Amino acid sequence: MVGCVATASMSTPETKRIEADDDPQALETTAEELRPLYRQMLAIRRMEEASAKAYSQGKIGGFLHLIIGQEAVCVGATAALEAKDYVVATYREHGHAYAKGVAARPILAELYGKKTGLVKGLGGSMHLFDKSKNFLGGYGIVGGHVPIAAGAAFASKYRGDGAVTLCFFGEGASTIGGFAEGLALAALWKLPVVLICENNQYSMGTPLYRSLAVEDVSLRALAHGMARDRFDGDDVIKVKRRIGEAVERARTTSEPTLVEVVTYRFRGHSMSDPGLYRTKEEVEEWKRRDPLNRSRARLTELGLAESELEELEAEVKAEIEDAVKFAEDSPAADEYFPYVVKE
Amino acid sequence: MGVISYREALNQAMREEMERDADVFIMGEEVGYYNGAYKVTQGMLQRFSERRVVDAPIAEMGFAGVGVGAAMVGLRPIVEFMTFNFSLVAIDQIINNAAKIYQMSGGQFNVPIVFRGPGGPAVQVGSQHSQALESFYAHVPGLKVVMPATAYDAKGLLKMAIRDDNPVVFIEGETLYNTTWDVPTDEEHLIPLGQADVKREGKDVTLIAWSKMVWTCLDAAKALAEEGIEAEVVDPRTLRPLDVDTLAESVRKTGRCVVVEIGWPVAGFGAEVAYQMQKLCMDSLDAPIERVTSDDVPMPYAKNLEDEVQPQVKDVVAAVRRVLYLE
Repeated sequence: MVGCVATASMSTPETKRIEADDDPQALETTAEELRPLYRQMLAIRRMEEASAKAYSQGKIGGFLHLIIGQEAVCVGATAALEAKDYVVATYREHGHAYAKGVAARPILAELYGKKTGLVKGLGGSMHLFDKSKNFLGGYGIVGGHVPIAAGAAFASKYRGDGAVTLCFFGEGASTIGGFAEGLALAALWKLPVVLICENNQYSMGTPLYRSLAVEDVSLRALAHGMARDRFDGDDVIKVKRRIGEAVERARTTSEPTLVEVVTYRFRGHSMSDPGLYRTKEEVEEWKRRDPLNRSRARLTELGLAESELEELEAEVKAEIEDAVKFAEDSPAADEYFPYVVKE
Repeated sequence: MGVISYREALNQAMREEMERDADVFIMGEEVGYYNGAYKVTQGMLQRFSERRVVDAPIAEMGFAGVGVGAAMVGLRPIVEFMTFNFSLVAIDQIINNAAKIYQMSGGQFNVPIVFRGPGGPAVQVGSQHSQALESFYAHVPGLKVVMPATAYDAKGLLKMAIRDDNPVVFIEGETLYNTTWDVPTDEEHLIPLGQADVKREGKDVTLIAWSKMVWTCLDAAKALAEEGIEAEVVDPRTLRPLDVDTLAESVRKTGRCVVVEIGWPVAGFGAEVAYQMQKLCMDSLDAPIERVTSDDVPMPYAKNLEDEVQPQVKDVVAAVRRVLYLE
């Protein structure tokens, strides 16, 4: 298996190539392992679709950034964690919250701006937080949350609690100071954090080649003697295994890793973006690599009957329909003063 | 009680709170081996080790954010800015993260952190190192802003700030570190945030000032006393929350008010104080409220110009004479 490029190879800062496909041995799995991951990815996609529909009906306001196409990254990465581990994410974080254990009901109710929302209608789509799940939030300032993730990891090291922090961000964050300083401090202080760049290839409408001088974001780790890894994010099992290696490194030796996962968002940057900066052919090509289809086919290979898959899909459909109804029926948000200052 | 310096008072406050609570640690540039750029953390590394006295590289946004993240999961960081001028490169962490996370998370995550360090104009260090930034922070809901004028206040307020469950911006007077005051040795010397203090009693006019300007106002009050004018000097000590009741009580008593600040005039915090006082004390005022501020310019280097830009005793005296219709 092609693992991470560790510090020993620092003298040869070459672009880490994305393999066309891994050694299938490395991706061995079972229906028991894959089934719940497929279920999570499907629930996230249905939740995102329901959000898009509600947005078009004017029931959700503001900015809405969907993760459709990238589901394997947050689901696979979070599957490598224990409950005590922390996740810090961006404004495209509904899936990360769900994968960390937050139910669809409070997520959708939050998007609807309801009292029953995850953060009482005070945060909205971009600011989901759940203390009980160690989900440290969705942040709207690109790169500004990377030092926060380093801080949670700092606290884990300070206390020796053995927890690991995952920090998600897009490749667009790799040019801003918050990312650079968070990365530098994580490396300097050997903090148990895994920095996961979800490279969906466009920061809003700007392709990577117009925002970064190199195509490999993980190269940034080399300047800090930090371990790195880079791979494609189509296969949720591969994501789980490779992030799992980085999580293990953080947990056992308190060393951070910068991991770049190449992926693709099928929709625009946000609901107002028709994505005219990409060709139809390009989008179609990536849709053929849909991580959900891939996992579904794999489950069939692993012996799951079509009827079992359909049953799972019906269950997910019902879960999201219930969450939409919950959000629709919930009372409007009604207070904000109590949460400005803690008494 | 014992007469100690403002610097020593801050050092005592941090040591006592770190002895009391193992979750408290300090992080910043030169806080450890160098003993602090202004020697406020003198000797703390030896006492508490590298684990709790953390030297940070020059990355204010990075280590301020590390503090915020650590505070979210239960530690109580003290983040030292070598000076508050450098907090400007960390202001995204302070405003967008520290101040907002409690509300954005629907009350789930509070951020018990102190951002502290020297602020306000210094001496002949040019415009980038010499400015008063409290108005920026006092503008932001979710933050508390503390500006002690004396060693007594510095110790009691810093101890309280460290125990507070919210982000506190604690701006020390860069030119006050060597000033001295009688300070209790009591480890429970605590001053609640949001409690003003009457630094001098008087009946003729109220001078409202904080940090270094308290000292300027006390000097002005002495000069005015020679003319038979008794000025009351009231120090809010914390700008947010602001103890308007104590300020208004004094203004109602004297009927005249001058707000003195070392910052720039436009949208300075003194404008907010003046607004609050006219609203609360309209029926008691015998003259429009005056403000004394620095001039509306970046700080010049030359000593004579630097002095001219900042409020001096004579400027305060002149403003008092105006509200008393003596000129």
